[in-house]
Amino acid sequence: MRASFPFIKKGVVASIPMIVGGMPFGLLFGSLVAANDLPIWLALIMSSMVFAGSAQFVAIGLIALGAPIWVIVLTTFIVNLRHLLYSADMVKYVKHLPLKTRLIMGFGLIDETYAAVRPLYEQDGFKEHGHKAYFGSFFSFYLMWNVTTLVGVVAGELIPGMSDWGLEFAMVATFIGIISPYLTSFPYFFAFAGAGVTSVVLNGLPNQLGLIVAAIVGVMLGALGERRENKLKRIEEVQNEFI
Amino acid sequence: MSSSSLLVTVLGMFCVTYFIRVGLFITAQKATMPVWLESALKYVPVAVLTAIIMPMMVLQSGQLAVSLENPWLLGGLVSFFVGLVIKNQLLTIVFGVFAFFAAKFLLG
Repeated sequence: MRASFPFIKKGVVASIPMIVGGMPFGLLFGSLVAANDLPIWLALIMSSMVFAGSAQFVAIGLIALGAPIWVIVLTTFIVNLRHLLYSADMVKYVKHLPLKTRLIMGFGLIDETYAAVRPLYEQDGFKEHGHKAYFGSFFSFYLMWNVTTLVGVVAGELIPGMSDWGLEFAMVATFIGIISPYLTSFPYFFAFAGAGVTSVVLNGLPNQLGLIVAAIVGVMLGALGERRENKLKRIEEVQNEFI
Repeated sequence: MSSSSLLVTVLGMFCVTYFIRVGLFITAQKATMPVWLESALKYVPVAVLTAIIMPMMVLQSGQLAVSLENPWLLGGLVSFFVGLVIKNQLLTIVFGVFAFFAAKFLLG
């Protein structure tokens, strides 16, 4: 146990900035559930079982719009697919661990823990003990996310009329905060423009199908933009060689 | 949505999310993803989030409402501006929300 502590501590310390930054989102998520007149338990089981911030926001938005269950689950799948990239990268660090440990670690593979702990694996001793830092990070985020969700939803219940405030706009602003750092890159801007225009044009489609089609169009345009950019880069390189 | 539908929704969300995260940890085999998939996955967050917010920003009851008198569009533009110029996530949210509520209150 004594040998574990330094590793756990490193995982927690590396996570602190993102834990603080995540707090408003937990509060906001809880209060959004209350603002949409959805039950308290929904916020609590979603945060404790799904444990995926952006997917939870998206799901609450879709539930409020009256989307069918399969659309919400499919959208969750699409939104969280990026975690597959993290797990593919982490396999080399977890394969020596018992299955039970891996099963729990998988549950906590969120953006923040990956971002905080992955760089630590370059340090001494982490090939063997890195999972302790991982658990330190994972449990800290889990605790923060569930406590702030609870506080947010209780606050939402106690403050009457919150559903008329237009709190959903906070979700829009949050998503813009996530999107905008990407937009200076050409392929990402392409993805943004494609998804944005398509989603508005197809908004009338039933079952939020427009959302899914728009997401696919955006992803395809992004990938195409990347190809085009790589091609231009290669041409430039070839030209530079001749000069 | 009824309570049981909400419960099923959360269970479904849990299943797909947990499956994505834990799948490769169970097999513990090194997996190489096709290049095109890895390249496409990068654009998923931006595409999905944009597809959610754009209709909220520019449509009002299903009609195009591209005008600065639309608090959703105004607040969104302020957020984008702050996000692109100041590049701080918390300020992006705070300024956008402030602009939204100010516009809503003033144009009320």
